[in-house]
Amino acid sequence: MKVNLKVWRQKNSNTAGKLVEYQLDSISPEMSFLEMFDVLNGELTKKGEEIIAFDHDCREGICGSCSMYINGRAHGPQTGATTCQLHMRSFNDGDTIVVEPWRSRAFPVIKDLMVDRSAFDRVIQAGGYVSVNTGSARDANETPIPRNIADEAMDAAQCIACGACVAACKNASAMLYVAAKVSHLAVLPQGQAESVARAERMVAQMDAEGFGACSFTGACSVECPKSISLDHIARLNREYLGAKLTSTNVQG
Amino acid sequence: MAWVTQTLSSSLGRKVIMSLTGLFLSSFLIIHMAGNLQLFKGDNGRAFNEYTYFMTHNPLIITISYLLYTSILAHALMAYVLTRHNQASRPVKYAYSRPEANSPWPSRNMGILGTVLLLFIVIHMRTFWYEMHFGSVPMAEYDGQQYKDLYAVVKEAFSQWWYVLLYVISMAAVGFHMAHGFQSGFQSLGIRHTKYTPMIEFVGRYFFALIIPVAFAAMPIYVFLQVHGII
Repeated sequence: MKVNLKVWRQKNSNTAGKLVEYQLDSISPEMSFLEMFDVLNGELTKKGEEIIAFDHDCREGICGSCSMYINGRAHGPQTGATTCQLHMRSFNDGDTIVVEPWRSRAFPVIKDLMVDRSAFDRVIQAGGYVSVNTGSARDANETPIPRNIADEAMDAAQCIACGACVAACKNASAMLYVAAKVSHLAVLPQGQAESVARAERMVAQMDAEGFGACSFTGACSVECPKSISLDHIARLNREYLGAKLTSTNVQG
Repeated sequence: MAWVTQTLSSSLGRKVIMSLTGLFLSSFLIIHMAGNLQLFKGDNGRAFNEYTYFMTHNPLIITISYLLYTSILAHALMAYVLTRHNQASRPVKYAYSRPEANSPWPSRNMGILGTVLLLFIVIHMRTFWYEMHFGSVPMAEYDGQQYKDLYAVVKEAFSQWWYVLLYVISMAAVGFHMAHGFQSGFQSLGIRHTKYTPMIEFVGRYFFALIIPVAFAAMPIYVFLQVHGII
């Protein structure tokens, strides 16, 4: 199949970028979107042009590296999938496909389609540690956790920190990400000891990184490859307000 | 007190201010709509004028009205602060974006809808609130007592077709604003539950986004038709 690509090319974070057009004539519908980019980069190499930089790692939908804004949507037209899980059969022969990097003040473009998502890492670091018992091994099921609570925590813990929520949000808000990270510990007994400080610090870091506020449009949850629910955002609001009202941290 | 200002200026704290002022304004819509239903009474405005007298003289109502003005200003100012902050969070826009694929239109355009509503509130208050408090309103006498005849001002205002149209359009904006705003207000406070969220959504969608704006829009239309002898 034939595709016309408009790909964002940007030399580095200090220079302005622009959309550049490429034509590919013999693309298999069974290729993944990233394989299509491999073909394109192969052709660029043969022509002696600079290849398009894009992030990728596992190519099986679990690492969260392949950040691409495809045809106006994070990770393209599919829901519940990353770019590597998007296949060319999702497009029609002769389609024009626009590919851009995530757009957010907190995610500066490094080169072409690669963005720096270390803001997410700093939010995690701000969350701090979880106290655990380091003595002898504990009995299995010593801490009872009902199945539905375990499921709820696991739903949040599925977050792969890909940044699609930020990319899709009209405010470039990281609320779904931070909510998932706060939530998966907040519902479990093991996460209780530091839950107040965690909510306060992670939200403060989120704001410091320059992410926007939550307008509750629901775009993040729709575009999330793991379909993380807005319930977690409500829980983050609850955790944060509860923390602010009850913590002994008077300095804010 | 540093923690208070710090909390209220965080992105979540700002949304809490939006939520609390917004939900308070929602409760006002109920009272305002219920009271104004007296325009439909067909008693040439007596019940409406007596109600107006009560609303401008009862000390509790007067106190709440100041809270109301403050809420409108706080809601609008905080919306401005949030909008600027949110726009700054994405300095380079997407060349091509399809937000309609993942989110409803009102949720993405609360600022535009809110601006329409703020302009409407200014015009609305100039026409009625300002006239009632500072303008010259004709008097009406019921059982030997003098009342300001605000009903006459209402009739005059709604006898103009363009003014009625302005109200109907503004009430559509209220509907779309409430369709997103009411349930969102609870979300910002962290109130979300399998049992109660469907109820909140139902009330938001059908009561605040439909019944209230339709009832409000019916008032200028009814008065217009009545003044022009059509009904």
